Amino acid sequence: MANIEIDGKQIEVENGCTVIEAARRAGVYIPHFCYHKKLSIAANCRMCLVQIEKAPKPMPACATTVAEGMKVYTASEMAVKAQKGVMEFLLINHPLDCPICDQGGECELQDQAVGYGSSASRFHEEKRVVLHKDIGPLVSAEEMSRCINCTRCVRFGQEIAGQMELGQAFRGEHAEIMTFVNGSVNSELSGNMIDICPVGALTSKPFRYTARSWELSRRRSVSPHDSLGSNLAVQVRNNRVMRVLPIENEDINECWLSDKDRFSYEGLNSNERLTRPMLKQDGKWQEVEWQTALEFVANGLRQIKDGAGAEQIGALATPHSTLEELYLLQKLLRGIGSHNVDFRLRQSDFSADGKQAGTHPHPNLPPEGEGATVSSDGGEPRQFLPWLGMSVADLGKADRLLIIGSFLRKDHPLLAQRIRQAVKKGAQVSVIHSTDDDLLMNVAHKNIVAPNAMADALAQVAQDVAAKNNAGISGSLLSGERVVVLLGNFAQQHPQAAQLQSLAQQIAAATNGKFGFLGEAANSVGAYLAHALPGTQGMNAATMLSSPRKAYILLNAEPELDCANPQQAMAAMQAADLVVAISAYKHHAVDYADVLLPSAPFSETSGTFVSTEGRVQSFKGAVKPQGEARPAWKILRVLGNLLNVSGFDQDNSEAVRDAALASVNIVEKLNNILNENVGRAMPDAVGEAHPTKTGGFQRIAEVPIYSADAVVRRAAALQKTRDAAVPRAAMHSAELEKLGVQPGAQVKLSQGQCCVYLYADADDRLPKGAVRVAAGHAATADLGAMFGTITVERA
Amino acid sequence: MAGGGRRVDADPALVMVSAMEKIINFFKSFLLLELLKGMSVTGRYFFARHITVEYPDEKTPQSFRFRGLHAQRRYANGEERCIACKLCEAVCPALAINIEVAERADGTRRTTRYDIDMTKCIFCGFCEESCPVDAIVETRVYEYHGEKRGDLYYTKTMLLAVGDKHEEQIARDRALDAKYR
Repeated sequence: MANIEIDGKQIEVENGCTVIEAARRAGVYIPHFCYHKKLSIAANCRMCLVQIEKAPKPMPACATTVAEGMKVYTASEMAVKAQKGVMEFLLINHPLDCPICDQGGECELQDQAVGYGSSASRFHEEKRVVLHKDIGPLVSAEEMSRCINCTRCVRFGQEIAGQMELGQAFRGEHAEIMTFVNGSVNSELSGNMIDICPVGALTSKPFRYTARSWELSRRRSVSPHDSLGSNLAVQVRNNRVMRVLPIENEDINECWLSDKDRFSYEGLNSNERLTRPMLKQDGKWQEVEWQTALEFVANGLRQIKDGAGAEQIGALATPHSTLEELYLLQKLLRGIGSHNVDFRLRQSDFSADGKQAGTHPHPNLPPEGEGATVSSDGGEPRQFLPWLGMSVADLGKADRLLIIGSFLRKDHPLLAQRIRQAVKKGAQVSVIHSTDDDLLMNVAHKNIVAPNAMADALAQVAQDVAAKNNAGISGSLLSGERVVVLLGNFAQQHPQAAQLQSLAQQIAAATNGKFGFLGEAANSVGAYLAHALPGTQGMNAATMLSSPRKAYILLNAEPELDCANPQQAMAAMQAADLVVAISAYKHHAVDYADVLLPSAPFSETSGTFVSTEGRVQSFKGAVKPQGEARPAWKILRVLGNLLNVSGFDQDNSEAVRDAALASVNIVEKLNNILNENVGRAMPDAVGEAHPTKTGGFQRIAEVPIYSADAVVRRAAALQKTRDAAVPRAAMHSAELEKLGVQPGAQVKLSQGQCCVYLYADADDRLPKGAVRVAAGHAATADLGAMFGTITVERA
Repeated sequence: MAGGGRRVDADPALVMVSAMEKIINFFKSFLLLELLKGMSVTGRYFFARHITVEYPDEKTPQSFRFRGLHAQRRYANGEERCIACKLCEAVCPALAINIEVAERADGTRRTTRYDIDMTKCIFCGFCEESCPVDAIVETRVYEYHGEKRGDLYYTKTMLLAVGDKHEEQIARDRALDAKYR
């Protein structure tokens, strides 16, 4: 520790701390541009020059480390003169276009020019011109003359995003920020460059020229997309969401935001929004009053319940719905006597249900081992509750990680970033997966196998770990102190999910590590807590679709994009007598639904998301619902009243949340651990699902980052990114050769009766016998199961 | 003394004055002095130079800083000056200005809507002062009216029309004021 004095304030900081950081802790502000607490020190803007006793010249506070007894003067004559001089230099070439600059009003240079700039420049030479660049649909680099070359964006790319997409070329006055030749910025974290740019050189393209920072009001919210639960500042003007910025939360998203969270707001203002209740009458859609629509739904459900039985009613929700919505949905279904409610639309293996380890403190229950323990709220067996297994902060402290079946960067952009930082500090990451996408971090060991070989590959690691084999993945895991084994979305959607889970659990136990799930969506954990699950008496999502019901209630779900088997889901929807779609959008449901109830997306309703680390975060609506749309919890509440179900008398979402979480001890509920014998005794489900002998290929289906939920699917700018391109069929080049298909040519892919035509790509990192075809996209919505056999032919 | 009254003897001087007033009033009342005095004012103005301005045939002189009806100006090539920086909207104390912005096809920042509610406007001139490109100005025009409330809600086209009509005068006034700014 070192005792130093800053502007007369005594402060004790650890050795190695920089003066600027010590000053921040002492509450002294030192002006700066290039310094950023999360980035490396560049010390190239020189704005933070301060006077240090015994130093003959001013020193940059960001690059000077403290020393015992150091005395720093940040506002002495020498320091201020230096700072003013630097400001004058910075303004030599900076254009005077603040009135048309989107950064105007929230610009660090503008603010500091007020404090340190003079009223007129002494330079009369022409200002330098840097040509604009098109670096992608999200980040605008239209006015690069504004750049003060702080290189924050460059360092962000290298250090946080993991890839250098921007760099500084040339020297002196000719120095400029640019991409590689014909390059663009495609990182899934690129939007953060807009935040960290201290001037208006990098600005937001979708937000360009739409509003000024001073006319926006900030409303706190929580990301409805990935399972991290990033804290958002939703900025609103005239009852319209204008943009989304991060709220700093060191335990969750730090000061970053993924592009999905940042730019998805465009989907909230999409033309596809459903703003009035609609009813299909004689095959034609009619806009109706809420009363009419809700009574139609209530009568329809009542008729089906009385005629065919309540078990003919099923409800499918997405885990992007709020806790309140999911709680009331399951309560409604259970109230009318059906237990068919599920949110795990993309899951294909449900054999882990009701097989959670550990006893539940209930005296009248059979002991552990029977699998079925009963929860306190009504005779249902306790569900195991997949969660991260640790806090997000702990994840960053892991030193050995095994990531199983995860499109980590695309499914969890900020968790990937955290792991990237851990790797930089010496953690080792091993990967078992079916694709070999670049994680933009050093991967110690990887095993890329076909989907049906994943369980074997994992079993091998489990065996090696048990045998203390010091090679490969097991060697890496055994050498660690804080081991983390994570199952990604791919592993959770895998037909052998329970087996993979059981093996992962064994590996974690043998290495004394932690084991967890990277949650699929914003409220995956919340949906378990709300008990939006069938339990033992109901049908899960897959069964509900494979043995079609007469009536379906869809909560925010788009079956052709959100389900594990879109073909099957669509067949079930077409055959059903009554399909009630509660949705914020006029989606494909117009083809098969009977009534569309407009619900409010996250920005227009209050609600709660429970993140993958079990953090309960409630938020309020930022704007009023568009048109006649209403929060889905209110819609469900009124439906409950119309159907005379008891317990539907909440006045606000907080009351619903409290009802949902009242009898739940979250800490006790969060339990990943399955009974030891689960999964081992499973039939070879994959062998069935992938009959490779028939000549088909195994399908490797990811859900592309910008197709994962209803809101991002309609975010215009995100849909123009490279990640949102139309899916291609990627295969090993040897397989393509066998088929006689050139990379780039069209191929015909068929599953079941339907086929789609996609362009083929050669990717030699893919396992043989497999073809990578994304799901969740309109271009592949006609295909069948995400994990299944798919036939590839020359088109 | 409490409660009791003591007779106050009249001041002999006061008694004298009131007696004099009575005498003067007596003479004034039939000599019509007051009337002549009043008529003298009338008579003086009757022969003096007339200062009544025969509006609308005549008008009072105006300062070049007169703050009347607003106008949006254009550059000589016909391009509107306004760059939609929204500073006038931000500075307006009466919240009379309402602006919406979008990128025009040529990539420039332009207003898609620029409204001033003249019924709210207090003609403080802050908008004019805050404008970095002299786009919004207050003209010398004060003769405008509306038959309905909405008539005084000036839209961008109306403001540009005012600017086009009075550009010569506006430019002359700005030039006069330039050295003081």
